[in-house]
Amino acid sequence: MAETKTLIGKAAVLEGFPAHPAVKAVLAWDSEALEDAKFDRGELTLTIAAGKIRSAAATVQAAGYNFFEDVTAVDWLPSSPRFQLSYHIVSHLYKERIRLRVLLDGDAPSVESITSVWPSANFYEREVFDLFGIRFEGHPDLRRIMMPDEWQGHPLRKDYPVEGYR
Amino acid sequence: MNPGTPILEAPAATGSHDQHMILNMGPQHPAMHGVLRLVVEIDGEIVVRLQPEIGYLHTGIEKTCEAKFYHQIVPLTDRLDYLSPMANNLCYCLAVEKLLGLEIPEKAQWLRVLLAELTRLNSHLIWLGTHAMDIGALTVFLYTFREREEILRIFEGLAGQRMMTSYIRIGGLAMEPPLDFFDRVQGFIRSFPEKIDEYSNLLTGNPIFRNRLKGVGILSAADAIALGVTGPNMRGSGIDFDLRRDMPYSGYEKFQFKVPIATEGDCWARYLIRLIEMRESVKMIQQALDGMPEGLIKADAPKIVLPDREKMKTQMEALIHHFKIVTEGFAVPAGEVYQGVESPRGQMGYYIVSDGTAKPYRVHFRNPSFATLQAIETMCKGRMLADVIAVIGSIDIVLGEIDR
Repeated sequence: MAETKTLIGKAAVLEGFPAHPAVKAVLAWDSEALEDAKFDRGELTLTIAAGKIRSAAATVQAAGYNFFEDVTAVDWLPSSPRFQLSYHIVSHLYKERIRLRVLLDGDAPSVESITSVWPSANFYEREVFDLFGIRFEGHPDLRRIMMPDEWQGHPLRKDYPVEGYR
Repeated sequence: MNPGTPILEAPAATGSHDQHMILNMGPQHPAMHGVLRLVVEIDGEIVVRLQPEIGYLHTGIEKTCEAKFYHQIVPLTDRLDYLSPMANNLCYCLAVEKLLGLEIPEKAQWLRVLLAELTRLNSHLIWLGTHAMDIGALTVFLYTFREREEILRIFEGLAGQRMMTSYIRIGGLAMEPPLDFFDRVQGFIRSFPEKIDEYSNLLTGNPIFRNRLKGVGILSAADAIALGVTGPNMRGSGIDFDLRRDMPYSGYEKFQFKVPIATEGDCWARYLIRLIEMRESVKMIQQALDGMPEGLIKADAPKIVLPDREKMKTQMEALIHHFKIVTEGFAVPAGEVYQGVESPRGQMGYYIVSDGTAKPYRVHFRNPSFATLQAIETMCKGRMLADVIAVIGSIDIVLGEIDR
């Protein structure tokens, strides 16, 4: 059954989903940008090259994945690359969700904003900036959203203690 | 956030006599449904710009989750959207169960659907009462809270708690529902459609209520998608999408229900949609009661699900499992999952990353109100200041889940 199988790696996913609209669209746009892929627990994850996320978002949007649902980050300290961004995008047409994944290196990374593709990413990117310290280039209003403006540090980073600094 | 600092830069000098004014609404304001601050730039009575400032309720729940065992997070999820606790519990538990690959007994699934819909009624009742109250129809508030009280009593009998129920647990439900539970739910939904008629009689034909909502706070379909608006607000703008029907979970595919759509995109459309949603929820609860399967309410997974009290006191193994789950939690296979559910406010989604230990590596909550708040400027721009109150009421936000 397609729902339960697990496919790890770009080659396996390309073989398993040759006709998947998002996979097809990303390959047709730039097959180099698709760095890795995974199908696990019924969820498709496409890893996109860090510099190309904005165009990748526009590509899947044109392929029918019309609704931006969520973006958040994961801090994999002390691994490298340190940060992972997970974008969740829903298709009202295919009634399906995909995940775009971007890996970012360094302690103060920056990535292109996708607010020009989906304005709804505005608050979400501000939240990631606030709590993880990842900058989004081209964001119209990148400032803290949850924490006070004068706050030091980014609370959801793994090197930030749960109780905060005292 | 120092209230003294200007959030919006000073209005541009136009050279005319007309000066724009910056007005702070909230964070302490009776119509803000929590602690929301809106910075509004007004030209006379007309809204020119509007900027929501949030974070006053930020408690860092996502960070707290990283320090807790998986089963300890269930009560935290209640406190996000505190008006629909079961929807939060359900979303979290489904996500963890997806990570674990756990099968849930059918009876537990049906009960979950029943409770999720009862929660929707609970939440929509508060929305209707407060929304009408904001606009000046005080009576409705008393009526809706009368019905909500009965739902809370049912929850109290079920979970021992009225609001922070934590009743849906990883692997099933906390305990068997009490003996009179099904009769009470049946009694409630038998009389409830008449109550909706009663609200409708008070409001739908009321010319003041109508004039305050019709044509106010218009959100086009394209804007709804662009700004991430979901749930009844999105369906009020003509987008036909509901996770319960289109990406079903927890056995929703076995239920028959209609998804109401309106195309006007104004506050009135959102009002009508929620009223119809309440009627549809009643039908689904009736279907759940009629078709409730027999069986267990917890999955057969002794290392994950806490044993019954009775077994714990009589069986050595059950006692050991209980002790181990409470003191060390249970390891969850590494991976990442995103689980979406249709909460009363829209598409809720929990993203959980596991590194194979007993505590989640990362938990993220995608809450519908957070995205909906982005659309508020589009809805209010160019309208009168008083319409802001109507719009805030009609989009039905909860600050607990926005600030997290």
